[in-house]
Order: sequence, then structure tokens, then C-alpha cells
Amino acid sequence: MKWLSDDKLNRLRMIVSEPDFSSTKYTFQKELGRGGMGTVYLCEDRELNRLVAVKVLNTPDITDDLRGRMIREAQIIAGLEHPGIVPVHDVGTLSDGRIFYAMKFVRGLRLDEYAAQGASLRDRLRKFQAVCDAVAFAHAHGVIHRDLKPQNIMIGSFGEVLVLDWGVAKTQSSFQQSISTNPRQSVANQTEDGTVIGTRDYMSPEQARGEIDRIDQRADVFSLGAVLRFLLADKATKPAKAICLKAMGEAPESRYTSATELSADIGRLLDAEPVLAYRENAVERVSRWVGKNRFLVLLVLAYLLMRIFLIFTSRT
Amino acid sequence: MRFMDPDTDIGGPLHKFPVTNHSAIANARSDDQVTRQRALDIILTSYWKPVYKYIRLKWQASNEDAKDLTQGFFANTFEKDHFANYDARKASFQTFLRTCLDGFVANERKAGRRLKRGGDMDHYQLDFAAAEDELAAHALSATLSPEDYFHREWVRWMFTLTVDAFRRRCEETGRSIHFQLFERYDLNDDSSDVSYASLAQEFGLDPATVTNYLAAARRDFRRIVLEKLREITATDEEFRTEARSLLGVDVK
Repeated sequence: MKWLSDDKLNRLRMIVSEPDFSSTKYTFQKELGRGGMGTVYLCEDRELNRLVAVKVLNTPDITDDLRGRMIREAQIIAGLEHPGIVPVHDVGTLSDGRIFYAMKFVRGLRLDEYAAQGASLRDRLRKFQAVCDAVAFAHAHGVIHRDLKPQNIMIGSFGEVLVLDWGVAKTQSSFQQSISTNPRQSVANQTEDGTVIGTRDYMSPEQARGEIDRIDQRADVFSLGAVLRFLLADKATKPAKAICLKAMGEAPESRYTSATELSADIGRLLDAEPVLAYRENAVERVSRWVGKNRFLVLLVLAYLLMRIFLIFTSRT
Repeated sequence: MRFMDPDTDIGGPLHKFPVTNHSAIANARSDDQVTRQRALDIILTSYWKPVYKYIRLKWQASNEDAKDLTQGFFANTFEKDHFANYDARKASFQTFLRTCLDGFVANERKAGRRLKRGGDMDHYQLDFAAAEDELAAHALSATLSPEDYFHREWVRWMFTLTVDAFRRRCEETGRSIHFQLFERYDLNDDSSDVSYASLAQEFGLDPATVTNYLAAARRDFRRIVLEKLREITATDEEFRTEARSLLGVDVK
């Protein structure tokens, strides 16, 4: 038996881990990203002659548990028809037993990459509002994302905002019934109490403690607050900081009650109106008013200066 | 359109991968002597080389001592039925085996015993000379811990066994050309000088046939790797974890 060098070994491992798309209409192109449950590949849809992203379960499942979770994830996304949520085109099983689903391939940047390219604060906040709107739509349909972070948000090449990776989403019973009549999949939906799901820096305290039963849409509001904190970086004004702090309140009751409410406060911030999260003093109120009505203030100032000038010149 | 691939018996759409239900770890506890012996053979075959190299490296044993300790470890473990104590909920089988090995070598060193060469293991053809050549030819990375080294060598050995099993299976089923193509393209030291077109010319095939044969070969290779992995894991969970570890992480 011949010795296998590290290079050969890596090549063989790649061969084994690469999914076998021969029984599908997809042609493998390259790996896009790897997660705990599945890997996303860039593929060509030979029938429609377009690129798609295909998520494939990492190993052939022999208990149907992971298989059920993948199908459930595809059903959740497919059930959320919104411009801010990447659409699913197809679901199936590869000849090696691995479940897959194909979705729109989003060309663009992740939110963290977008922010790193020096987008203005105003642009960042507009994108953040679009994220809130997509998440609010999911909440309205009984779906809680549970892993919102800049790496799971894409800014498409037309500036569109897409929320990705719904693999650990929690569904409320009414939505679950609408996406599945298979009792096995309902079981797969449940996460045991004590299980910690999400990403540490963006996770609500109740999520970090594994209090699954206490997780509702306000856990996503917390994560949105963490995303906002990331986007603001060191450019935060007092009202913006206050919005962050309110969204990231320790207790769910102290946060915004919904992503819509958070989005509305961001809208007020953008329009230089008073925000719910911050009680401003008289000086700040005047300063904000002046900032919002800068043109009018300049006009009045110019008029007053002109009057003073005229009075002065008429006397001399 | 989806279709069944005529070059493989793996199955078409919606057919699950045929994972072997027999775990050698589970069968090592069998009351049936034949089943048990077969399971122990699989465990020995799958682990002897990483065990030998690990003893040489971690315990700084001479090659003669390492041979004795390797054979002694498996003989002792089989005789005393230590694998019956394995609990898949506590650790992977690989970690359990390594822990047993460390305990065994430490005890032998402490007792200052000189193990009887071979013992009950004489009937196994273990190519220690080849293992020794590999140790001499391939320097150990200074950043690798003995535990990581054991894992890396186990992965290497698993794939080596799989390549050998794949070659034999191709020969038995009259599909040697599949293995030859696989060997030329995927096991070539410098794959940059080999293309599907050059292989087609070399083997007198058209490029589409080369593409199909290679796809089928890789599919069969993948199946054999997972079959082997299934054999030496005790539970579905361990199988999945090891598959992730085996397939999803770069070798250091």
C-alpha cells in the first residue's frame, strides 16, 4: 500500500466531501461556505442556465433527523416570500443520500464586508432598516431567526438586503403546521431546553442561557441591536446609542417589542426626529431642530445679517 | 431530468446511501465467536499502524519495543475484552482506544516487563517495516501534539485502506479501468499535467466516458470510505461526528 502524502490526502478528502450532483440538474462549481449541518456550493442550473447556491447536508443521514431539519429549513425559507429573504427554488436528495436545497445565488457583499468598504452611516442605517423589515416579516409569519449577525446578511449588487441562514430558526406552532404535516419534522423542530443556539456576540441573554421556551421575537430584536452596534461602530450619536441599548436590553420586556418598532425608531433617527429610546434635553432638542432645518436656519440668518448690514450702512 | 447512473449500484434519486449496519465496535462484544473475531480483525486492521507510530512518537519507544507494545496492546485488549467497556456517550472510540493505549504502555513501562514477541498476534501480517519507513521518510511537524498526530495518521491510514479496498473491488467487478483513471487523475503526484482529454487519449476513450467513469469511481470511493467509517464507529452520532472530522477538516 502506497504512502499518501498530505496533498493526496486533502484531495481525497475533498473528493469524498464534494456532493455528487450527477442525478440532478446542477453542476458543481465551487464551495461557498461550510456550516455545522450543511455546506453551500455554487452550482450551475443546466436547465435554466443560471447560477444557484445549493446547500447540502454534510453527511448522508441515517436517522432522518438531520434530513428532517434540512427539509424544514427549506420549507421555512420557501414559506417566507419577501424581497429580503432569499428564495428557495428546489429541494431533493442526492444519489449519495444527502438532502439538498437550491436557492438564489446572491452576488454582493456580506454586511460586515459592506461596512468595511466605508459605507456612510446613513446608508448603513437604511440597510439596517431593510434587515429589520425582513425580520419583522418573518416574525409576522411565526418564524424567529435566532442567528442574526452581519455574516448572515447580504447586500446584493443592486443594493438589496437579504437575510440568510435560517438553519436554526424557531417556528411557532401555527406556522409549523402550515409547512409540515409530517409529525417527525415537528419533532425535529423542537430544540431541547438548555441547548444554546446562535452566535455569542449577537445572542440574547435568554438564548445564551439556553432558555429555549423564553425565546420569542425579542431575542431577534436583541440580535438586531447587536448588528446595529456593529454598524454604528464609533460613529454613534447619543440617540443612536440609546436605540442600541434599548434593543439590547437584558430583559426581553425592556427591549423594543418588535423589529418593526426598532425599524421605526431608526427611521425617526434618520429623519432627525425624537426617538423613543432617548429623552433629549432642551439644548439637544434645539440642536436637532437646527440640524434638521439647516437650510431654513441659514436663510433666516442670512436675512438677519442682511437687515443688520442695511441698518448699519443707512446710519453711516 | 433525473436519471439512474448505469455505472453505479448506489441508486438514483431518493435512494439512500447504503450504509452498513454492522459496527465492529458493537460486534466486538458479540457472543458469537466468528462475529467477534471478525470485528476484532477490523479494529486491528484499522488502528495498528497509527498505534505503532503513536507509540514510537509519544512514548519514544525503539522500533522493536514499539512492535511488541503494539501487538501486546491488541492481544491484551482482545483477551481482556476491554472494548466491552467502551461507552459512546463519553468519548469517540478513537479517543477511548488512545486512552487505553496510554494506560497500557504506562503500565508496561512501570512494570518493566519485556513483552513476549508476537504472542497471539502472530497470524496477523502487520507490515511494521513499511510503517518504520514512513516514519523515517516523513518528518513530524513540531507543532503537532501526539494526539493530533495519532488522529492525522489514523485519517491517512483510513484513506490508504480505502484506496486498497477500492482497487480490489474494481478488479473483482471487472472495472479496473475505473481505478486506473482514478489513480491517474486523483492520486497523481502532479495532477496539473493530467486532463480528462489526455486520459481519454491515453486510455482510448472519449472524454465523456472518462468523465462518467471518474464520477462513478469517486462515488464508489466515497461509499467505501463511509462504509469503513461506519464499521469502526459505535453509534450514529459518532459516525456523523467522525465523518465531519474526517471529511470536513484540513490535515495539519
